[in-house]
Amino acid sequence: MEEKKQNTGPDEQTSGTPADDGGGAALPAPEPEKKAKKKEEVGPRFLVSSSPHVHEGQTVSDIMKLVIYALLPATAFSIFIFGFAALRVILISVGSALLFEVLSQKIMKRPVTLKDYSAVLTGLLLALNLPATSPWWMILVGTFFAIVIAKQIYGGLGYNPFNPALVGRVVLTISFPVQMTARWISPSKWGMDAVTTATPLGRIREALLSGGQVDLHLSRQEFLDLLVGNRAGSLGEVSVILLLIGGIFLIARKVITWHTPVAFIATVWILTGVFHLVDPTKYANPSFHVVAGGLFLGAIFMATDYVTSPISGRGMLIFGAGCGIFTVVIRLFGSYPEGVSFAILLMNGITPLIDRYTKPKVFGARKKEKAAA
Amino acid sequence: MAGRKFIGGVHPDYSKELARGAAIEEMPLPGRLVVHFTQNLGAPPEPIVKKGDAVKKGQVIAEAKGFVSAPVHAPTSGMVTSIDVYPHPVGTDLPAAVIEPDGADEWAEGLNGERDVSGLDGQAVKQYILEAGLVGMGGAAFPTHVKLSPPENKTIDLLVVNGAECEPYLTADHRLMLAHPAEILDGAALFARVLNVKRIVVGIEKNKPDAIEAMRKAAAGREGLEVAALDVIYPQGAEKQLIYALTRRRVPAGGLPMDVGVLVQNVGTAFAANEAVRWCRPLISRVVTVTGSGIDRPGNVLARVGTTFQDLVAFCGGLAVDTGKVISGGPMMGVAQYSLEASVTKGTSGIVLLRQDEIPQYVSDACVRCGRCVRVCPMTLKPSALSIFIEKMDFEQAAEYNVNDCIECGCCAYVCPSLRPMVHHFRRAKAELRKAARKAG
Amino acid sequence: MLTAVIALAALALLASFGLAIAARIFAVKVDPKAEAIEDALPGANCGACGLPGCSELAKRIAEGKADIDACPVGGESVAREIAGIMGQSYEGGGARMVAMVMCNGNDQAAVKRFYYNGIYDCTSAALLFGGDKACSYGCLGLGTCAGICPFGAIDMLPSGLARVNPDRCTGCTKCVGACPKGIIRMVPAGSTVHILCSSHDKGGKVRKICSVGCIGCQRCVKEAPEGAITMDTNLAVVNYETGIPAEVAEVCPMGTIVVQGAGAVEPAEQRAAGGEG
Repeated sequence: MEEKKQNTGPDEQTSGTPADDGGGAALPAPEPEKKAKKKEEVGPRFLVSSSPHVHEGQTVSDIMKLVIYALLPATAFSIFIFGFAALRVILISVGSALLFEVLSQKIMKRPVTLKDYSAVLTGLLLALNLPATSPWWMILVGTFFAIVIAKQIYGGLGYNPFNPALVGRVVLTISFPVQMTARWISPSKWGMDAVTTATPLGRIREALLSGGQVDLHLSRQEFLDLLVGNRAGSLGEVSVILLLIGGIFLIARKVITWHTPVAFIATVWILTGVFHLVDPTKYANPSFHVVAGGLFLGAIFMATDYVTSPISGRGMLIFGAGCGIFTVVIRLFGSYPEGVSFAILLMNGITPLIDRYTKPKVFGARKKEKAAA
Repeated sequence: MAGRKFIGGVHPDYSKELARGAAIEEMPLPGRLVVHFTQNLGAPPEPIVKKGDAVKKGQVIAEAKGFVSAPVHAPTSGMVTSIDVYPHPVGTDLPAAVIEPDGADEWAEGLNGERDVSGLDGQAVKQYILEAGLVGMGGAAFPTHVKLSPPENKTIDLLVVNGAECEPYLTADHRLMLAHPAEILDGAALFARVLNVKRIVVGIEKNKPDAIEAMRKAAAGREGLEVAALDVIYPQGAEKQLIYALTRRRVPAGGLPMDVGVLVQNVGTAFAANEAVRWCRPLISRVVTVTGSGIDRPGNVLARVGTTFQDLVAFCGGLAVDTGKVISGGPMMGVAQYSLEASVTKGTSGIVLLRQDEIPQYVSDACVRCGRCVRVCPMTLKPSALSIFIEKMDFEQAAEYNVNDCIECGCCAYVCPSLRPMVHHFRRAKAELRKAARKAG
Repeated sequence: MLTAVIALAALALLASFGLAIAARIFAVKVDPKAEAIEDALPGANCGACGLPGCSELAKRIAEGKADIDACPVGGESVAREIAGIMGQSYEGGGARMVAMVMCNGNDQAAVKRFYYNGIYDCTSAALLFGGDKACSYGCLGLGTCAGICPFGAIDMLPSGLARVNPDRCTGCTKCVGACPKGIIRMVPAGSTVHILCSSHDKGGKVRKICSVGCIGCQRCVKEAPEGAITMDTNLAVVNYETGIPAEVAEVCPMGTIVVQGAGAVEPAEQRAAGGEG
């Protein structure tokens, strides 16, 4: 057997702690000839790890990128109808998210994990939750709370109990209600003819609060408008169709499963349907509720966040249904026109409980264990 | 009934095309054979040779110690040149006898002759199986005669012959079924005789249509024998999953197949049983698939027990320069070796050589609770939770979440996007729990 | 405003009365001895005594069910204090013991058999052929002992070894059980001459795989006072009862014998400073 040059880099192969100085098989010895002889006879040659020795190939950053791709159609459309304002919001949000992640990780002496694309995704999701008129300092507050407070303080990706982008959005909604809810602009080509206006949900709420009458039946044109995105709203909640396409893409690529989005949207549809039947003058048409507001954005992209939602299919159905219930309650009876963000955050808090009670049973578990569990 | 699969599982890249076209090739005797004494689960046998002893082919060199043990035989005639500790493919260094062949390859007396099996009863068959040192050749290496001795209260009504070979890369069982279908079925019939079982089902994955056909042809006319085509999914060949796929019976957690009236044997073991009982040949050789991108000429080699990986690899054209991993077994459950001095044992089904750029590295990022591992676990455990407990060293909680029911198939780690060494965690937990049990008990 | 002040003050008074009454009625009978003992104990709740925490040990000592010097962390001073509380005399136990990792084979000295990829933990690494070190007795340097030490007394050197800091070690012995190689030994705190090797391999093999391992040449055995160093299957072992002069370290051809002053000596430094060629 001829000499085999072992060119595997020791800093890649030694036991995987980031703090390792990679001194695995280094050779800075006082007696070079003697050591060299030893190495040839008994030095390391192969990589040894526990089984399995193959991997499907998809890492966390691959998954994050897929979600970002799924959001691109809706993102592009928002720039198309809101113009430069939208682009500005997106860039500031993503950029500051990355900045805050690097800073906080360096300060906390943790390895910098920008390459997992999770900060990019959080920045993008937060941007899609904001109106196009958001001032730059408000966006910064949002990303600060999203990245530093809702994620890094808990230990980084995987340890956060609440959806970071939603935490950012909710902090902004509560702290800067005017900027967040009264500065919508109407859609127009490239944002050229933008005019301040109210969102569909906002209009209904105002009308109801002021005791006025509102036509709560949805005309076909209005429905199509809402579906396609010809309406005011935050950057991401505008085009339901594009979000739906993104969602189908994610399900097809097995990034998310159908459970949470379907449970969420179906629950909203059913509940608002019930209320609409009871009193059509007070409660809007269920089709309206399903396409108005941030339901699709929330159900497909926010409620399905791995870290903060249940792991099992059954758990996801419960989670989705719970989100739906809270959304409807807040929309119909709460003081905010939109309830999706709060609903998801509330359910995030209940997720550990759901996981505990939807724990899978081991294959071949005895009957009495099944009954007891 | 046939074809239905179990819950979970994954579809790895099978890469069987590398070796599946290669007919079984017998390897010439190497210069030395490192015959390990420990070649079975249970108690290792007691060596009865010492340095300097001359041995004949098939001669007993280690005697079974207790019931759950199997004897080891010399793979060829020659001399024992040393007894020392050598790397064992199962993952540790163990004592072995080094035998230098004398070239004559002479059988010991009384061996290698045909025996009339028609008159033998179950007990006699089992005795011959024990004496031949038969162990499970699918990899587990459990002494066959022990498996064939279920306790009185467990009635077996079905014998399953495992031809699934679900691991990627391996094709040894495949080629064996193509080359010796009748002998495999004869061996299975012998097992059936011992167990007094009337029904035999041979399970073969659908990615081996030629083997299914060959076995079906050989099975024609044999009563109570059926060949079932199985869905291609890993780990279809795992006992509990195989039984569920074929019969919809669930082996109870912590239990054994006999608890649901089934016994499973590998096709290689069946073949060896026929060799042992009908031809008086103890288990001293087996088919080993040598494959992977790191080997020049992948093939299925009929090699003597004790052949070093070095010699096997040389026979197949040699290693690639940038070979990074040498795996004994398949890439999902096999054991990575540190040295080519490891040698073939009765349970070595193959050697997979992977090049450096093909090897994934465990990184141990945080669990993002994506749920992929939960969806693929064939034992329907919750691997993500288990790995988090074990990272925190909470082994009792891991036991509560059934870590001891893990079959270490590797499906969870295969799909984990955080590249967490899941199986390593579970093996550690099992070791710590055993240690704690020893301390307490 | 006045109403608010009066109302709150009244509430406060009510609450304090309630607490005072409760403190009396629901008071838990504590053995004053157990309380005093618990105060005397270090309070680390490290479990070295084998019991779940200092309060449990205090209770048992007070009841006479545990020894006065059961706490290795507290050592002699605490034992004396407890003896005083119990009204007993205390003769004094042995010397204070500290843990020591009996291996000096760092990445420069010891050869590795393979590249390890997996959990950063010694017990886990040992599942794979006993670990990546060619020497099956050597320290794997992945920090299982450091992780389990309740007092942060073990440092992991970047060169791949565990080092106990004798000033912080309390002798609780948790690391001794945690090490999968079993190479951590309890030595008297004041001892200075140590043979940092645990390998029972023959000298020829040791030379191939570690430049600071014990080759069993027995020169130290002859040089040291009678019985100070004994042989245990190719390994020289120090008997800490007998004193050993520091000069014995000089006869070791491998540099395995280390004289530990205030801190440990790195083998590379020692060798570079002119060890045996």
